[in-house]
Amino acid sequence: MSEQKQHDEQAHHIVGPKVYVTILIALLVGTALTVWASFIDLGFWNPIIAMAIATTKATLVVLFFMHVKYSSKLTKLTVGAGVFTFLALVGMTLSDYISRAWGRW
Amino acid sequence: MEQQADAAGFAMWLFLLTEVMFFGGLFTAYLIYRNWYYPAFVAGSHQLDVRWGTLNTLVLIISSFTMAMGVWCAETRRRSGLVLCLILTFILGLGFLGIKTVEYSEKIEKHHVPGLHYSLQSFTHPETDAAAVKAGDKPLPPDMARHTEIYFSLYFAMTGMHALHMIIGIGILGFMIFRARAGAYTTGHVTFVENFGLYWHFVDIIWIYLFALLYLISRHA
Repeated sequence: MSEQKQHDEQAHHIVGPKVYVTILIALLVGTALTVWASFIDLGFWNPIIAMAIATTKATLVVLFFMHVKYSSKLTKLTVGAGVFTFLALVGMTLSDYISRAWGRW
Repeated sequence: MEQQADAAGFAMWLFLLTEVMFFGGLFTAYLIYRNWYYPAFVAGSHQLDVRWGTLNTLVLIISSFTMAMGVWCAETRRRSGLVLCLILTFILGLGFLGIKTVEYSEKIEKHHVPGLHYSLQSFTHPETDAAAVKAGDKPLPPDMARHTEIYFSLYFAMTGMHALHMIIGIGILGFMIFRARAGAYTTGHVTFVENFGLYWHFVDIIWIYLFALLYLISRHA
């Protein structure tokens, strides 16, 4: 019974304004941070920090605005598999390009 | 009903994954060319105005928020709230495209649109270009300078495809505003609004990465 109730709550979960406002603020802060960081010369770290902040923002959007945190296991698995496939394809393509003419780029 | 809603959401996610792969191809091309023609991509990036890019990022993030609030209004059966949220999202979407138009027209004026009228002036003679002077660009040799055309090809391909998604989204929003006023989504049938929300947030995520890749990562290089 309690399991059934839990399942129903999960299936009908409505994400409220409080969560959305919190995420909005986090995204605005993230944007301010990444723009601020881009004006400081960190050399090698500039792109890494920019991509890390972008990925954090994207994760927040997926989990909360797109409700994945509150979604069924099927949805979570679908999103996870998609991210994995994406990273595998991009990663393998880039590693091929970077290793073919080693030292001659 | 529950199963139908699940199936619709699942299908929407599958569609979004195909979109991820599509944009992923463009992102990968951008990363590879950026590594090959690094000085050209840095000089090209310096031609973009971070202020416009930041403003557009803020506009799009806020529009994602209003869309999320719209989904909540539909779920809790608030008709006028839903209509308001959809209208705000619609206006913010148009605002984004308006700012993009300003940026594009600047590129047209400076002949930075790839094609017959493309000009290397800003890259071979950076002292004549305000944006290049501000970034402290040094003149590129002509064979590297011409690769800035690849940067702008990818710039227009990626932001153009993103803008096309925005235009389609704004069109659907217009349709939804009329349907929502008639009370279509506030009687328990929220699937359409929810799935459109997923699409709109996805477009937001693409921009978050475009902003970082095109505008930010080459400021100090």
